[in-house]
Amino acid sequence: MTTNALRRNGSKGQAGDKVFSGAALGAGILILATLLAVAIFLFIQALPTFTADPTLITGGEGFASYIFPIVIGTVIAAAIALLIATPVGIAVALFISHYAPRRLAAGLGYVIDLLAAIPSVIYGAWGYLVLAPALVPTFQWLAANLGFIPIFAGPASQTGKTILTAGIVLAVMVLPIITSLSREIFLQTPKLHEEAALALGATRWEMITMSVLPFARPGIVSAVMLGLGRALGETMAVALVLSTGGLIPSLIKSGNQTIAAEIALNFPEAFGLRLAELIAAGLVLFVITLVVNLIARAIIARHKEFSGAN
Amino acid sequence: MSKRIDVKDLNVYYSKFLAVEDVNIEIEAKSVTAFIGPSGCGKSTFLRTLNRMHEVIPGGRVEGEVLLDGDNLYEPGVDPVTVRSQIGMVFQRPNPFPTMSIKDNVLAGVKLNGKKISRSDADSLVEKSLRGANLWNEVKDRLDKPGSGLSGGQQQRLCIARTIAVKPQVILMDEPCSALDPISTLAIEDLINELKSEFTVVIVTHNMQQAARVSDKTAFFNIAGTGKPGKLIEYADTATIFSNPSVKATEDYVSGRFG
Repeated sequence: MTTNALRRNGSKGQAGDKVFSGAALGAGILILATLLAVAIFLFIQALPTFTADPTLITGGEGFASYIFPIVIGTVIAAAIALLIATPVGIAVALFISHYAPRRLAAGLGYVIDLLAAIPSVIYGAWGYLVLAPALVPTFQWLAANLGFIPIFAGPASQTGKTILTAGIVLAVMVLPIITSLSREIFLQTPKLHEEAALALGATRWEMITMSVLPFARPGIVSAVMLGLGRALGETMAVALVLSTGGLIPSLIKSGNQTIAAEIALNFPEAFGLRLAELIAAGLVLFVITLVVNLIARAIIARHKEFSGAN
Repeated sequence: MSKRIDVKDLNVYYSKFLAVEDVNIEIEAKSVTAFIGPSGCGKSTFLRTLNRMHEVIPGGRVEGEVLLDGDNLYEPGVDPVTVRSQIGMVFQRPNPFPTMSIKDNVLAGVKLNGKKISRSDADSLVEKSLRGANLWNEVKDRLDKPGSGLSGGQQQRLCIARTIAVKPQVILMDEPCSALDPISTLAIEDLINELKSEFTVVIVTHNMQQAARVSDKTAFFNIAGTGKPGKLIEYADTATIFSNPSVKATEDYVSGRFG
Protein backbone atom coordinates (compact mmCIF):
# COMPACT_ATOMS: atom_id res chain seq x y z
CA MET A 1 0.00 0.00 0.00
CA THR A 2 1.32 3.45 -0.84
CA THR A 3 1.06 6.33 1.56
CA ASN A 4 0.72 9.86 0.38
CA ALA A 5 3.44 11.91 2.03
CA LEU A 6 1.39 15.04 1.59
CA ARG A 7 -1.34 13.78 3.92
CA ARG A 8 -1.10 15.16 7.40
CA ASN A 9 -2.12 13.17 10.42
CA GLY A 10 -3.63 15.27 13.20
CA SER A 11 -0.94 17.81 13.98
CA LYS A 12 -1.30 20.44 16.66
CA GLY A 13 -1.97 23.19 14.13
CA GLN A 14 -5.00 21.33 12.87
CA ALA A 15 -6.45 21.00 16.36
CA GLY A 16 -6.04 24.73 16.93
CA ASP A 17 -7.80 25.40 13.67
CA LYS A 18 -10.74 23.22 14.68
CA VAL A 19 -11.02 24.78 18.14
CA PHE A 20 -11.01 28.26 16.69
CA SER A 21 -13.57 27.57 14.00
CA GLY A 22 -15.76 25.89 16.62
CA ALA A 23 -15.46 28.89 18.94
CA ALA A 24 -16.27 31.32 16.15
CA LEU A 25 -19.26 29.27 15.08
CA GLY A 26 -20.44 29.03 18.69
CA ALA A 27 -20.21 32.78 19.16
CA GLY A 28 -22.18 33.35 15.98
CA ILE A 29 -24.90 30.93 17.01
CA LEU A 30 -25.04 32.48 20.49
CA ILE A 31 -25.88 35.89 19.02
CA LEU A 32 -28.66 34.46 16.87
CA ALA A 33 -29.99 32.39 19.76
CA THR A 34 -30.06 35.43 22.06
CA LEU A 35 -31.89 37.49 19.47
CA LEU A 36 -34.39 34.69 18.91
CA ALA A 37 -34.87 34.20 22.65
CA VAL A 38 -35.61 37.91 23.10
CA ALA A 39 -38.11 37.83 20.26
CA ILE A 40 -39.82 34.72 21.66
CA PHE A 41 -39.94 36.16 25.18
CA LEU A 42 -41.46 39.41 23.94
CA PHE A 43 -43.99 37.59 21.81
CA ILE A 44 -45.16 35.13 24.48
CA GLN A 45 -45.37 37.75 27.22
CA ALA A 46 -47.16 40.16 24.92
CA LEU A 47 -49.65 37.62 23.64
CA PRO A 48 -52.45 38.39 26.15
CA THR A 49 -52.60 41.92 24.77
CA PHE A 50 -53.56 40.72 21.33
CA THR A 51 -56.25 38.30 22.53
CA ALA A 52 -57.75 40.50 25.25
CA ASP A 53 -61.02 42.39 24.95
CA PRO A 54 -60.16 45.74 23.29
CA THR A 55 -62.06 47.69 25.95
CA LEU A 56 -59.72 46.38 28.67
CA ILE A 57 -56.61 47.84 26.96
CA THR A 58 -55.41 51.23 28.18
CA GLY A 59 -57.48 53.81 26.36
CA GLY A 60 -60.28 51.33 25.88
CA GLU A 61 -59.99 51.03 22.10
CA GLY A 62 -57.64 48.13 21.61
CA PHE A 63 -53.90 47.76 21.32
CA ALA A 64 -53.53 49.44 17.91
CA SER A 65 -54.96 52.74 19.04
CA TYR A 66 -52.92 52.51 22.27
CA ILE A 67 -49.61 51.88 20.53
CA PHE A 68 -50.05 54.09 17.46
CA PRO A 69 -49.48 57.49 19.15
CA ILE A 70 -46.39 56.36 21.02
CA VAL A 71 -44.92 54.73 17.92
CA ILE A 72 -45.31 58.05 16.12
CA GLY A 73 -43.85 59.86 19.15
CA THR A 74 -40.85 57.52 19.15
CA VAL A 75 -40.30 58.03 15.44
CA ILE A 76 -40.61 61.82 15.74
CA ALA A 77 -38.10 62.02 18.61
CA ALA A 78 -35.63 59.76 16.80
CA ALA A 79 -36.11 61.62 13.52
CA ILE A 80 -35.40 64.99 15.16
CA ALA A 81 -32.31 63.50 16.80
CA LEU A 82 -30.95 62.10 13.53
CA LEU A 83 -31.85 65.20 11.52
CA ILE A 84 -29.64 67.20 13.84
CA ALA A 85 -26.96 64.66 14.72
CA THR A 86 -26.22 63.26 11.24
CA PRO A 87 -25.01 66.42 9.50
CA VAL A 88 -23.31 67.74 12.62
CA GLY A 89 -21.71 64.37 13.37
CA ILE A 90 -20.40 63.95 9.82
CA ALA A 91 -19.11 67.52 9.77
CA VAL A 92 -17.31 67.07 13.09
CA ALA A 93 -15.86 63.75 11.91
CA LEU A 94 -14.63 65.34 8.68
CA PHE A 95 -13.12 68.21 10.61
CA ILE A 96 -11.24 65.80 12.84
CA SER A 97 -10.11 63.52 10.02
CA HIS A 98 -9.31 66.00 7.24
CA TYR A 99 -9.22 69.59 8.42
CA ALA A 100 -8.00 69.93 11.99
CA PRO A 101 -4.30 70.15 12.75
CA ARG A 102 -3.08 66.83 14.06
CA ARG A 103 -2.78 67.78 17.73
CA LEU A 104 -6.22 69.33 17.89
CA ALA A 105 -7.69 66.34 16.04
CA ALA A 106 -6.41 63.86 18.60
CA GLY A 107 -7.73 65.91 21.52
CA LEU A 108 -11.07 66.52 19.89
CA GLY A 109 -11.49 62.85 19.02
CA TYR A 110 -10.85 61.97 22.65
CA VAL A 111 -13.42 64.47 23.92
CA ILE A 112 -16.04 63.16 21.47
CA ASP A 113 -15.42 59.61 22.67
CA LEU A 114 -15.87 60.81 26.25
CA LEU A 115 -19.28 62.23 25.35
CA ALA A 116 -20.38 58.71 24.48
CA ALA A 117 -19.45 57.51 27.95
CA ILE A 118 -21.69 59.94 29.86
CA PRO A 119 -24.66 58.05 31.35
CA SER A 120 -28.00 58.94 29.82
CA VAL A 121 -29.47 60.04 33.15
CA ILE A 122 -26.95 62.89 33.18
CA TYR A 123 -28.10 63.96 29.73
CA GLY A 124 -31.67 63.73 30.99
CA ALA A 125 -30.90 65.93 33.99
CA TRP A 126 -29.11 68.44 31.79
CA GLY A 127 -32.02 68.51 29.37
CA TYR A 128 -34.49 68.95 32.23
CA LEU A 129 -32.59 71.59 34.20
CA VAL A 130 -30.67 73.53 31.55
CA LEU A 131 -31.80 72.90 27.99
CA ALA A 132 -35.58 72.93 28.45
CA PRO A 133 -35.75 76.34 30.24
CA ALA A 134 -33.20 77.77 27.81
CA LEU A 135 -35.32 76.73 24.82
CA VAL A 136 -38.54 78.39 26.02
CA PRO A 137 -37.86 81.78 24.32
CA THR A 138 -37.00 80.02 21.07
CA PHE A 139 -40.21 78.00 21.23
CA GLN A 140 -42.22 81.16 21.86
CA TRP A 141 -40.57 82.85 18.89
CA LEU A 142 -41.31 79.81 16.72
CA ALA A 143 -44.94 79.79 17.84
CA ALA A 144 -45.29 83.52 17.14
CA ASN A 145 -43.56 83.59 13.75
CA LEU A 146 -43.88 80.11 12.28
CA GLY A 147 -47.05 79.08 14.12
CA PHE A 148 -48.89 78.57 10.83
CA ILE A 149 -46.80 75.43 10.27
CA PRO A 150 -48.53 72.66 12.27
CA ILE A 151 -45.30 71.42 13.87
CA PHE A 152 -44.69 74.85 15.37
CA ALA A 153 -48.28 75.56 16.38
CA GLY A 154 -48.61 77.45 19.68
CA PRO A 155 -49.08 78.16 22.44
CA ALA A 156 -45.55 77.08 23.23
CA SER A 157 -44.80 75.08 26.35
CA GLN A 158 -43.92 77.24 29.36
CA THR A 159 -41.49 74.65 30.72
CA GLY A 160 -39.83 73.76 27.43
CA LYS A 161 -40.34 70.06 28.18
CA THR A 162 -41.44 69.11 24.68
CA ILE A 163 -40.70 66.44 22.10
CA LEU A 164 -38.39 68.86 20.30
CA THR A 165 -36.33 69.30 23.47
CA ALA A 166 -36.24 65.52 23.90
CA GLY A 167 -35.14 65.18 20.27
CA ILE A 168 -32.32 67.68 20.79
CA VAL A 169 -31.13 65.88 23.93
CA LEU A 170 -31.20 62.62 21.96
CA ALA A 171 -29.22 64.31 19.18
CA VAL A 172 -26.48 65.24 21.65
CA MET A 173 -26.42 61.64 22.88
CA VAL A 174 -26.31 60.17 19.39
CA LEU A 175 -23.71 62.63 18.10
CA PRO A 176 -20.63 60.91 19.56
CA ILE A 177 -21.69 57.56 18.09
CA ILE A 178 -22.07 58.98 14.60
CA THR A 179 -18.95 61.10 14.91
CA SER A 180 -16.54 58.51 16.17
CA LEU A 181 -17.68 55.79 13.75
CA SER A 182 -17.63 58.16 10.78
CA ARG A 183 -14.22 59.46 11.75
CA GLU A 184 -12.80 55.94 11.82
CA ILE A 185 -14.18 55.28 8.34
CA PHE A 186 -12.98 58.62 6.95
CA LEU A 187 -9.47 57.91 8.18
CA GLN A 188 -9.51 54.59 6.34
CA THR A 189 -10.10 56.18 2.94
CA PRO A 190 -7.29 54.87 0.72
CA LYS A 191 -4.59 57.55 0.25
CA LEU A 192 -4.53 56.44 -3.37
CA HIS A 193 -8.06 57.69 -3.98
CA GLU A 194 -7.51 60.94 -2.16
CA GLU A 195 -4.38 61.61 -4.19
CA ALA A 196 -6.19 60.72 -7.40
CA ALA A 197 -8.64 63.53 -6.73
CA LEU A 198 -6.00 66.03 -5.61
CA ALA A 199 -3.80 65.30 -8.64
CA LEU A 200 -6.72 66.21 -10.92
CA GLY A 201 -6.83 69.63 -9.33
CA ALA A 202 -9.54 69.01 -6.75
CA THR A 203 -9.86 71.32 -3.76
CA ARG A 204 -9.97 69.69 -0.36
CA TRP A 205 -13.75 69.74 -0.29
CA GLU A 206 -13.94 68.29 -3.81
CA MET A 207 -11.49 65.60 -2.80
CA ILE A 208 -13.78 64.77 0.12
CA THR A 209 -16.88 64.53 -2.06
CA MET A 210 -15.06 62.53 -4.75
CA SER A 211 -13.16 60.01 -2.67
CA VAL A 212 -13.84 60.19 1.07
CA LEU A 213 -17.64 60.32 1.19
CA PRO A 214 -18.30 57.68 -1.50
CA PHE A 215 -15.85 55.36 0.22
CA ALA A 216 -17.41 56.03 3.62
CA ARG A 217 -21.06 55.80 2.54
CA PRO A 218 -21.82 52.32 3.90
CA GLY A 219 -19.98 53.20 7.09
CA ILE A 220 -21.97 56.40 7.51
CA VAL A 221 -25.22 54.48 7.03
CA SER A 222 -24.12 51.99 9.71
CA ALA A 223 -23.12 54.81 12.05
CA VAL A 224 -26.47 56.53 11.61
CA MET A 225 -28.27 53.22 12.18
CA LEU A 226 -26.39 52.62 15.42
CA GLY A 227 -27.26 56.16 16.43
CA LEU A 228 -30.88 55.54 15.51
CA GLY A 229 -30.82 52.42 17.66
CA ARG A 230 -29.80 54.49 20.63
CA ALA A 231 -32.31 57.24 19.87
CA LEU A 232 -35.20 54.77 19.53
CA GLY A 233 -34.33 52.89 22.68
CA GLU A 234 -33.29 55.77 24.91
CA THR A 235 -35.41 55.77 28.05
CA MET A 236 -34.04 57.86 30.88
CA ALA A 237 -33.33 61.08 29.01
CA VAL A 238 -36.74 61.14 27.34
CA ALA A 239 -38.52 60.19 30.55
CA LEU A 240 -36.89 63.12 32.35
CA VAL A 241 -37.12 65.71 29.62
CA LEU A 242 -40.52 65.11 28.06
CA SER A 243 -43.73 66.10 29.71
CA THR A 244 -45.90 63.47 28.14
CA GLY A 245 -49.35 63.56 26.68
CA GLY A 246 -51.43 62.49 23.72
CA LEU A 247 -50.21 62.57 20.16
CA ILE A 248 -50.09 66.14 18.84
CA PRO A 249 -48.44 67.48 15.72
CA SER A 250 -46.87 70.48 17.44
CA LEU A 251 -43.29 69.85 18.53
CA ILE A 252 -43.20 72.80 20.92
CA LYS A 253 -46.18 71.92 23.10
CA SER A 254 -46.27 69.38 25.92
CA GLY A 255 -47.43 66.05 24.58
CA ASN A 256 -46.34 62.94 22.71
CA GLN A 257 -44.61 59.97 24.24
CA THR A 258 -42.00 57.45 23.18
CA ILE A 259 -42.23 53.68 23.60
CA ALA A 260 -39.12 53.34 25.73
CA ALA A 261 -40.15 56.11 28.13
CA GLU A 262 -43.72 54.77 28.27
CA ILE A 263 -42.42 51.37 29.35
CA ALA A 264 -39.99 52.78 31.89
CA LEU A 265 -42.51 55.15 33.50
CA ASN A 266 -45.27 52.56 33.84
CA PHE A 267 -43.37 49.32 34.37
CA PRO A 268 -42.91 49.52 38.17
CA GLU A 269 -46.67 49.57 38.83
CA ALA A 270 -47.78 47.35 36.00
CA PHE A 271 -49.14 43.82 36.41
CA GLY A 272 -51.36 41.43 34.48
CA LEU A 273 -52.71 42.82 31.25
CA ARG A 274 -50.99 46.20 31.67
CA LEU A 275 -47.63 44.40 31.93
CA ALA A 276 -48.41 42.44 28.76
CA GLU A 277 -49.32 45.70 27.06
CA LEU A 278 -45.98 47.26 27.92
CA ILE A 279 -44.11 44.19 26.72
CA ALA A 280 -46.12 44.29 23.51
CA ALA A 281 -44.97 47.90 23.15
CA GLY A 282 -41.42 46.61 23.57
CA LEU A 283 -42.08 44.05 20.85
CA VAL A 284 -43.21 46.83 18.53
CA LEU A 285 -40.01 48.78 19.26
CA PHE A 286 -38.01 45.63 18.51
CA VAL A 287 -39.76 45.23 15.16
CA ILE A 288 -39.22 48.92 14.28
CA THR A 289 -35.49 48.61 14.97
CA LEU A 290 -35.31 45.43 12.91
CA VAL A 291 -37.12 46.99 9.94
CA VAL A 292 -34.93 50.10 10.06
CA ASN A 293 -31.80 47.95 10.03
CA LEU A 294 -33.08 45.88 7.10
CA ILE A 295 -33.76 49.06 5.14
CA ALA A 296 -30.25 50.29 5.90
CA ARG A 297 -28.77 46.99 4.69
CA ALA A 298 -30.81 47.28 1.50
CA ILE A 299 -29.50 50.82 0.92
CA ILE A 300 -25.93 49.62 1.28
CA ALA A 301 -26.46 46.55 -0.92
CA ARG A 302 -28.06 48.54 -3.73
CA HIS A 303 -24.72 50.21 -4.48
CA LYS A 304 -22.61 47.09 -4.21
CA GLU A 305 -21.41 47.17 -7.81
CA PHE A 306 -19.91 50.60 -7.28
CA SER A 307 -18.64 50.00 -3.75
CA GLY A 308 -15.10 49.31 -4.86
CA ALA A 309 -15.21 45.87 -3.27
CA ASN A 310 -14.96 44.15 -6.65
CA MET B 1 -0.62 72.63 -25.12
CA SER B 2 2.57 71.79 -23.34
CA LYS B 3 5.05 73.73 -21.31
CA ARG B 4 8.61 73.27 -20.17
CA ILE B 5 9.73 72.92 -16.58
CA ASP B 6 12.86 74.47 -15.10
CA VAL B 7 13.94 73.53 -11.62
CA LYS B 8 16.43 75.73 -9.80
CA ASP B 9 18.31 74.79 -6.61
CA LEU B 10 15.48 72.67 -5.24
CA ASN B 11 15.72 71.13 -1.78
CA VAL B 12 12.88 68.89 -0.63
CA TYR B 13 12.19 68.35 3.06
CA TYR B 14 9.92 66.20 5.16
CA SER B 15 9.72 68.31 8.32
CA LYS B 16 13.43 68.67 9.13
CA PHE B 17 14.66 65.74 7.07
CA LEU B 18 16.29 66.74 3.80
CA ALA B 19 15.03 64.16 1.32
CA VAL B 20 16.34 65.54 -1.98
CA GLU B 21 19.20 68.04 -2.24
CA ASP B 22 19.97 70.77 -4.72
CA VAL B 23 18.33 69.64 -7.95
CA ASN B 24 18.77 71.71 -11.11
CA ILE B 25 17.10 70.37 -14.22
CA GLU B 26 15.46 71.64 -17.41
CA ILE B 27 12.67 69.53 -18.84
CA GLU B 28 11.82 70.30 -22.47
CA ALA B 29 8.25 70.72 -23.67
CA LYS B 30 6.82 67.85 -25.76
CA SER B 31 9.47 65.41 -24.68
CA VAL B 32 9.62 62.35 -22.46
CA THR B 33 11.99 62.61 -19.53
CA ALA B 34 12.73 59.56 -17.40
CA PHE B 35 13.95 59.56 -13.80
CA ILE B 36 15.88 56.43 -12.83
CA GLY B 37 17.78 55.41 -9.72
CA PRO B 38 17.77 52.95 -6.84
CA SER B 39 14.88 52.73 -4.37
CA GLY B 40 14.74 55.55 -1.85
CA CYS B 41 16.89 57.91 -3.92
CA GLY B 42 14.18 60.55 -3.95
CA LYS B 43 13.09 60.37 -7.58
CA SER B 44 9.41 59.88 -6.72
CA THR B 45 9.65 62.55 -4.03
CA PHE B 46 11.17 64.94 -6.54
CA LEU B 47 8.51 64.07 -9.13
CA ARG B 48 5.80 64.93 -6.63
CA THR B 49 7.28 68.36 -6.04
CA LEU B 50 6.67 69.14 -9.72
CA ASN B 51 2.92 69.44 -9.08
CA ARG B 52 3.03 70.11 -5.34
CA MET B 53 1.62 66.65 -4.51
CA HIS B 54 4.35 66.12 -1.92
CA GLU B 55 2.56 68.70 0.24
CA VAL B 56 -0.16 66.11 0.78
CA ILE B 57 2.27 64.26 3.04
CA PRO B 58 2.45 66.00 6.44
CA GLY B 59 5.61 68.07 6.80
CA GLY B 60 6.43 68.08 3.08
CA ARG B 61 7.96 71.37 1.90
CA VAL B 62 10.58 72.68 -0.53
CA GLU B 63 13.16 75.40 -0.95
CA GLY B 64 14.03 76.65 -4.42
CA GLU B 65 12.06 77.23 -7.58
CA VAL B 66 10.08 75.14 -10.02
CA LEU B 67 9.17 77.17 -13.09
CA LEU B 68 6.43 76.16 -15.50
CA ASP B 69 7.25 78.24 -18.59
CA GLY B 70 8.76 80.79 -16.23
CA ASP B 71 5.98 80.82 -13.62
CA ASN B 72 7.15 79.69 -10.19
CA LEU B 73 4.87 77.01 -8.73
CA TYR B 74 6.00 77.89 -5.22
CA GLU B 75 5.48 81.63 -5.32
CA PRO B 76 3.30 82.79 -2.42
CA GLY B 77 -0.29 83.09 -3.57
CA VAL B 78 -0.08 80.24 -6.05
CA ASP B 79 -2.87 77.74 -5.37
CA PRO B 80 -1.72 74.11 -5.54
CA VAL B 81 -5.15 73.30 -6.99
CA THR B 82 -4.36 75.40 -10.07
CA VAL B 83 -0.90 73.87 -10.33
CA ARG B 84 -2.31 70.35 -10.30
CA SER B 85 -4.94 71.10 -12.92
CA GLN B 86 -2.06 72.11 -15.24
CA ILE B 87 0.34 69.36 -14.23
CA GLY B 88 -1.45 66.03 -13.99
CA MET B 89 -0.23 62.86 -12.33
CA VAL B 90 -0.56 59.11 -12.91
CA PHE B 91 0.28 56.91 -9.94
CA GLN B 92 2.10 53.68 -9.32
CA ARG B 93 -1.05 51.72 -8.66
CA PRO B 94 -4.10 52.34 -10.86
CA ASN B 95 -6.57 54.38 -8.82
CA PRO B 96 -9.85 54.94 -10.66
CA PHE B 97 -12.61 56.21 -8.38
CA PRO B 98 -14.33 52.97 -7.35
CA THR B 99 -17.78 54.47 -6.94
CA MET B 100 -17.81 56.10 -10.37
CA SER B 101 -18.56 54.65 -13.79
CA ILE B 102 -15.89 54.62 -16.48
CA LYS B 103 -17.43 57.70 -18.04
CA ASP B 104 -17.64 59.58 -14.75
CA ASN B 105 -14.03 58.69 -14.02
CA VAL B 106 -12.92 60.32 -17.26
CA LEU B 107 -15.00 63.39 -16.50
CA ALA B 108 -14.04 63.56 -12.81
CA GLY B 109 -11.38 66.22 -13.28
CA VAL B 110 -13.32 68.15 -15.90
CA LYS B 111 -16.29 68.73 -13.60
CA LEU B 112 -14.15 70.12 -10.80
CA ASN B 113 -14.18 73.70 -9.52
CA GLY B 114 -17.83 74.13 -10.42
CA LYS B 115 -17.29 73.79 -14.16
CA LYS B 116 -20.29 72.71 -16.19
CA ILE B 117 -20.10 70.74 -19.40
CA SER B 118 -22.92 69.99 -21.81
CA ARG B 119 -23.93 66.43 -22.43
CA SER B 120 -22.73 66.30 -26.02
CA ASP B 121 -19.42 67.98 -25.14
CA ALA B 122 -19.01 65.50 -22.30
CA ASP B 123 -19.67 62.53 -24.59
CA SER B 124 -17.17 63.69 -27.19
CA LEU B 125 -14.56 64.49 -24.53
CA VAL B 126 -15.00 61.03 -23.03
CA GLU B 127 -14.50 59.42 -26.43
CA LYS B 128 -11.52 61.62 -27.30
CA SER B 129 -9.80 61.02 -23.95
CA LEU B 130 -10.41 57.28 -24.02
CA ARG B 131 -9.16 57.10 -27.59
CA GLY B 132 -6.17 59.16 -26.49
CA ALA B 133 -5.47 56.54 -23.84
CA ASN B 134 -5.98 53.64 -26.33
CA LEU B 135 -8.88 52.37 -24.26
CA TRP B 136 -11.94 53.39 -26.27
CA ASN B 137 -12.41 50.15 -28.20
CA GLU B 138 -12.23 48.05 -25.06
CA VAL B 139 -14.75 50.02 -22.99
CA LYS B 140 -17.07 51.81 -25.42
CA ASP B 141 -19.89 49.34 -24.73
CA ARG B 142 -19.69 49.62 -20.95
CA LEU B 143 -19.09 53.27 -20.19
CA ASP B 144 -21.66 53.17 -17.40
CA LYS B 145 -20.05 50.23 -15.62
CA PRO B 146 -17.71 50.83 -12.69
CA GLY B 147 -14.08 51.53 -13.52
CA SER B 148 -12.96 49.11 -10.86
CA GLY B 149 -14.25 46.21 -12.98
CA LEU B 150 -11.47 46.69 -15.55
CA SER B 151 -8.14 44.85 -15.58
CA GLY B 152 -5.13 46.54 -13.99
CA GLY B 153 -3.71 47.71 -17.31
CA GLN B 154 -7.08 49.02 -18.44
CA GLN B 155 -7.52 50.81 -15.12
CA GLN B 156 -4.16 52.50 -15.55
CA ARG B 157 -5.11 53.64 -19.05
CA LEU B 158 -8.40 54.89 -17.61
CA CYS B 159 -6.36 56.94 -15.14
CA ILE B 160 -4.34 58.33 -18.04
CA ALA B 161 -7.58 59.16 -19.91
CA ARG B 162 -8.83 60.93 -16.77
CA THR B 163 -5.60 62.91 -16.62
CA ILE B 164 -5.53 63.97 -20.29
CA ALA B 165 -9.24 64.90 -20.19
CA VAL B 166 -8.40 68.01 -18.15
CA LYS B 167 -5.87 69.00 -20.88
CA PRO B 168 -2.84 69.48 -18.66
CA GLN B 169 0.45 71.02 -19.81
CA VAL B 170 2.52 68.28 -18.24
CA ILE B 171 1.83 64.68 -17.24
CA LEU B 172 3.85 63.17 -14.40
CA MET B 173 3.95 59.37 -14.14
CA ASP B 174 5.17 57.67 -10.99
CA GLU B 175 6.19 54.14 -11.98
CA PRO B 176 2.97 53.73 -13.98
CA CYS B 177 3.77 50.17 -15.08
CA SER B 178 5.18 48.65 -11.92
CA ALA B 179 1.89 46.95 -11.06
CA LEU B 180 1.18 45.77 -14.61
CA ASP B 181 1.96 42.70 -16.71
CA PRO B 182 4.29 42.98 -19.75
CA ILE B 183 1.50 43.28 -22.33
CA SER B 184 -0.22 46.10 -20.42
CA THR B 185 3.18 47.70 -19.91
CA LEU B 186 3.78 47.68 -23.65
CA ALA B 187 0.38 49.31 -24.21
CA ILE B 188 1.27 52.10 -21.75
CA GLU B 189 4.70 52.59 -23.32
CA ASP B 190 3.16 52.93 -26.78
CA LEU B 191 0.75 55.41 -25.30
CA ILE B 192 3.56 57.47 -23.74
CA ASN B 193 5.15 57.72 -27.19
CA GLU B 194 1.88 59.11 -28.57
CA LEU B 195 1.31 61.46 -25.63
CA LYS B 196 4.64 63.12 -26.37
CA SER B 197 3.19 64.85 -29.44
CA GLU B 198 0.80 66.83 -27.22
CA PHE B 199 2.14 66.81 -23.68
CA THR B 200 5.34 67.11 -21.74
CA VAL B 201 5.79 63.73 -20.02
CA VAL B 202 7.94 62.97 -17.00
CA ILE B 203 8.16 59.35 -15.91
CA VAL B 204 9.74 57.68 -12.91
CA THR B 205 10.69 54.08 -13.57
CA HIS B 206 12.62 51.25 -11.99
CA ASN B 207 12.85 49.53 -15.30
CA MET B 208 15.91 50.73 -17.20
CA GLN B 209 14.83 49.13 -20.47
CA GLN B 210 11.63 51.09 -20.15
CA ALA B 211 13.55 54.35 -19.65
CA ALA B 212 15.66 53.49 -22.68
CA ARG B 213 12.58 52.66 -24.79
CA VAL B 214 10.34 55.61 -24.00
CA SER B 215 12.43 58.61 -23.00
CA ASP B 216 14.33 61.33 -24.85
CA LYS B 217 16.33 62.39 -21.83
CA THR B 218 17.15 60.53 -18.65
CA ALA B 219 18.01 61.78 -15.18
CA PHE B 220 19.88 59.50 -12.81
CA PHE B 221 19.29 60.02 -9.09
CA ASN B 222 21.34 58.41 -6.36
CA ILE B 223 21.72 58.40 -2.61
CA ALA B 224 24.98 58.21 -0.70
CA GLY B 225 23.52 56.09 2.10
CA THR B 226 20.50 55.66 4.36
CA GLY B 227 19.47 58.96 5.94
CA LYS B 228 21.42 60.98 3.38
CA PRO B 229 19.57 63.15 0.87
CA GLY B 230 19.00 61.98 -2.69
CA LYS B 231 20.79 63.88 -5.44
CA LEU B 232 20.58 64.30 -9.18
CA ILE B 233 23.79 62.70 -10.39
CA GLU B 234 23.55 63.00 -14.13
CA TYR B 235 21.07 64.31 -16.67
CA ALA B 236 21.59 63.84 -20.40
CA ASP B 237 20.13 62.38 -23.58
CA THR B 238 18.89 58.87 -22.92
CA ALA B 239 21.32 57.43 -25.48
CA THR B 240 24.24 59.09 -23.71
CA ILE B 241 23.16 57.94 -20.25
CA PHE B 242 22.91 54.34 -21.39
CA SER B 243 25.95 54.15 -23.70
CA ASN B 244 28.42 56.73 -22.60
CA PRO B 245 27.64 58.26 -19.17
CA SER B 246 30.12 60.73 -17.77
CA VAL B 247 29.75 59.71 -14.11
CA LYS B 248 30.99 56.37 -12.84
CA ALA B 249 27.94 55.82 -10.58
CA THR B 250 25.59 56.19 -13.55
CA GLU B 251 27.56 53.67 -15.55
CA ASP B 252 27.56 51.22 -12.65
CA TYR B 253 23.82 51.60 -12.23
CA VAL B 254 22.76 51.30 -15.88
CA SER B 255 25.06 48.37 -16.44
CA GLY B 256 23.54 46.62 -13.44
CA ARG B 257 26.67 46.58 -11.31
CA PHE B 258 24.81 47.94 -8.29
CA GLY B 259 21.41 49.13 -7.21
